[in-house]
Amino acid sequence: RSMSLITCCYSLHMNPPPQNHHASCTSLYKKPFVESFEETPLLVAVLTYIGYGILTIFGYLRDFLRDWKFEKCHLAREREEQKDFVPLYQDFENFYTRNLYMRIRDNWNRPIRSVPGAKMDLVERVTPDYNWTFEHTGKVLKDVINMGSYNYLGFAENTGTCADAASECTVKYGVGVCSSRQETGNLDKHEELEKLVARFLGVESSMVFGMGFATNSMNIPALMGKGCLILSDELNHVSLVLGARLSGATIRVFKHNNMQSLEKLLWDAIVHGQPRTHRPWKKILILVEGIYSMEGSIVRLPEIIVLKKKYKAYLYLDEAHSIGALGPRGRGVVDYFGLDPCDVDIMMGTFTKSFGAAGGYIGGKKDLVDYLRLHSHSAVYATSMSPPITQQIITSMKCIMGEDGTTLGQERLCQLSENTTYFRRRLHEMGFIIYGNNDSPVVPLMLYMPAKIGAFGREMLKRNIGTVVVGFPATPIIESRARFCVSAAHTREMLDTALNAISEVGDLLQLKYSRKNRHGSEGTDLFSYLESHQD
Amino acid sequence: MQFAPAYHLILEGILILWIIRLLFSKTYKLQERSDLTEKEKEELIEEWQPEPLVPLVSKDHPSLNYDVVTGPPSHRIIVNGKECINFASFNFLGLLDSERVKLKALSSLKKYGVGTCGPRGFYGTFDVHLELEERLAKFMRTEEAIIYSYGFATIASAIPAYSKRGDIVFVDEAACFSIQKGLQASRSFVKYFKHNDMEDLERLLKEQEIEDQKNPRKAKVIRRFIVVEGLYINTADLCPLPELVKLKYKYKVRIFLEESMSFGVLGEHGRGVTEHFGVNIDDIDLISANMENALASIGGFCCGRSFVIDHQRLSGQGYCFSASLPPMLASAAIEALNIMEEDPGVFRVLRDKCKHVHKALQGTPGLKVAGEPLAPALHLQLENSTGSRTNDLKLLRAIVDYVRYNSRSQITMCVLSIRVVVTVEQTQEEIEKAAQCIREAAVKILK
Repeated sequence: RSMSLITCCYSLHMNPPPQNHHASCTSLYKKPFVESFEETPLLVAVLTYIGYGILTIFGYLRDFLRDWKFEKCHLAREREEQKDFVPLYQDFENFYTRNLYMRIRDNWNRPIRSVPGAKMDLVERVTPDYNWTFEHTGKVLKDVINMGSYNYLGFAENTGTCADAASECTVKYGVGVCSSRQETGNLDKHEELEKLVARFLGVESSMVFGMGFATNSMNIPALMGKGCLILSDELNHVSLVLGARLSGATIRVFKHNNMQSLEKLLWDAIVHGQPRTHRPWKKILILVEGIYSMEGSIVRLPEIIVLKKKYKAYLYLDEAHSIGALGPRGRGVVDYFGLDPCDVDIMMGTFTKSFGAAGGYIGGKKDLVDYLRLHSHSAVYATSMSPPITQQIITSMKCIMGEDGTTLGQERLCQLSENTTYFRRRLHEMGFIIYGNNDSPVVPLMLYMPAKIGAFGREMLKRNIGTVVVGFPATPIIESRARFCVSAAHTREMLDTALNAISEVGDLLQLKYSRKNRHGSEGTDLFSYLESHQD
Repeated sequence: MQFAPAYHLILEGILILWIIRLLFSKTYKLQERSDLTEKEKEELIEEWQPEPLVPLVSKDHPSLNYDVVTGPPSHRIIVNGKECINFASFNFLGLLDSERVKLKALSSLKKYGVGTCGPRGFYGTFDVHLELEERLAKFMRTEEAIIYSYGFATIASAIPAYSKRGDIVFVDEAACFSIQKGLQASRSFVKYFKHNDMEDLERLLKEQEIEDQKNPRKAKVIRRFIVVEGLYINTADLCPLPELVKLKYKYKVRIFLEESMSFGVLGEHGRGVTEHFGVNIDDIDLISANMENALASIGGFCCGRSFVIDHQRLSGQGYCFSASLPPMLASAAIEALNIMEEDPGVFRVLRDKCKHVHKALQGTPGLKVAGEPLAPALHLQLENSTGSRTNDLKLLRAIVDYVRYNSRSQITMCVLSIRVVVTVEQTQEEIEKAAQCIREAAVKILK
């Protein structure tokens, strides 16, 4: 993957077979689409592999010592009565967990005891035995800058109109529902929310569910079955993969955000039909996400819609991260590209990220939603959304749409956009390798080496900044990264504090790998162009 | 004689050259249809028509328009504008409109806001989650508990975390839908045994033993599990837990117990079917339950020994890749647990009411009561089916509507039966009235 300024172009008169298409100047993108995935420097890659090799050798050594009782074993053990049962876990399955994950386990699952807003209070933990067990000292680390929570529009707050409305709703309705949608769980609040979501997205009708993960895993099986084909992006979320697998359809994977790969698959699918029998496919579904949370890339929606129309496939767009966070009016990636929501057959999203609540939705044509009301597993077997959560979504959505009478929503959208551009520009200038699209509020910063994962997390916490670091298996083994989530609640001062700390830690750990020209005119021109064109 | 070696050399030389050629020749795909021209391929693409995304749904399908509940679904529930007595929501202990629970949830809202904005691994772990996990583990008397943010996802994520491709799972036929989804996601071999039939299960286990003896090396790595529910949601009867534990040790199989309906209902202190039968809780490898019935909150939990539960913190998909439970719901669950612990007498009250309802519904003409007297959710099934499923459904729905209209009692449909739920808040008169009306409805509609 190399840096390229893609002012996109896609020829509408493509020559089949797809290997020789050429770009004409018909621009489908109304503004520049800039994504960069700088290549791993060779020396860094070699050192990373060596690092993992050393860790593996030590892992085997420690396992040996533990087996032969030279070292105390902290692992929980099987019961005496069940010693002759087939072992529940294979030793090698947990090798990575025991020997690599355990060493840096203190960077995850950090308990907090306040609102997960721009600043949070962390519970201090110490470990007497190198991360096998944790103890809470009772102290609280106050006002840690939160660069890890998915709080894009800053609606994670305990004061203000949203919290007041949710409080009223709790008093009136209680907290539980105790029933599924089809039985007695369909409250008037749910109907109100569904109409509002449909209006927000610009679609005919919508349906809401209690959990975002379950929305994908329970509805894709209702729409697709045997004899259907699902074309799924390489880096799709686990819930999408699970839903696709549970449906029983054939799954084919195309390279991440790569339209040539997708077109080839579509071409082959229609020309050759189902494998072995060569019967035509019943339906073809393209499964993509709005923003990919590990890469920070935005889906190439205009091109996908062109392809979808040409090959008559259906499009399922998962906007878990992009709803509320992209677009001048916050309506997601469709709004960002200025496209028509009717072109996307199934628009799915979650309320956890930008709305500060929980749950998921699916929006689309009325036929689709009616069908889901009858056949979705969630409506029949799973509990509906809790009333105060529903109220929180209603209030925050009205705020974003501007229907509550204030301009708070619009201000927050602008703030998020400015924060994103500023943060990315500064990190880029400092010389870090950052992945993803310039407009995405998810900013992955590459660390590569396993030791730096732990070191980065801990050093940032010492400077009172909470960050998220991710390694294998969520990412490819040599591409571990730290991931920042920019929020509209962050002020310029907070971002500056964070950036200074990141720069300090970057110098300390030698993370400034980028070899691109940082102070050249090309870079600053582009960023200043984007900043000056903030609406 | 002298010509023989040259002959050999030439033959061997040809053989070696042939081998080298085979080693370096490229493999070719057999499925490439090279007999289509470009024009034909384009035509195929033009002509292909997909099916519509969803089949048409008739506008007057009975389940299309849900009943709208105005206000909280508590004991007195307002359905489609009419106030009814609630015999339909799983609010067994009446905690849905408990003032204490609401106050606790409010104070939690004021402290933490509504959502958690992240999964457990990335600043989504709140101290209330840790507290709730500790309290649940203490209540159930196990080492550890783990919370999920949605009841359906609990057992559906727990099963695939342990049982992988190649493992064997013995499941009861009447297992609920989330268990079936969990099994499907796990890609293991699933063997169904007849509902509550221990002999059928033993037969399957014996067959498996014979298979194992044929291939002992493979048998040493295949894991085996039995998945059962404490109180079955589909048939409202208990599983024979003591016999299952005996089978467990005899055939070396692990037991996963799903207790959504029996948690907070059975047992002297509400600890579920293990307390009811007096089985040692360590004998059950994993107990999973959802907090959406007796605890009147949202979410689910699994509890058991740390050896078993800790694994889910990295491999339970619904735990690692999904946002955590909103803290106000966790606080509500903690307060509900407090109420349960303070007053264990409420379980006896619930059991008495269940027995009462069971007795009152006996003798309804045309409908038979399916379920244990202890079960808080009874099923009324048609004694004589009309033969067609749609007609059966129409009759049952007519009964439900009649009962709602005439006695203001809300009961619901569940697959092919009517479900009647018992809660502690229902009074004697209300139960009598509802039973009376069901009898009337049955006489009128099913004659």
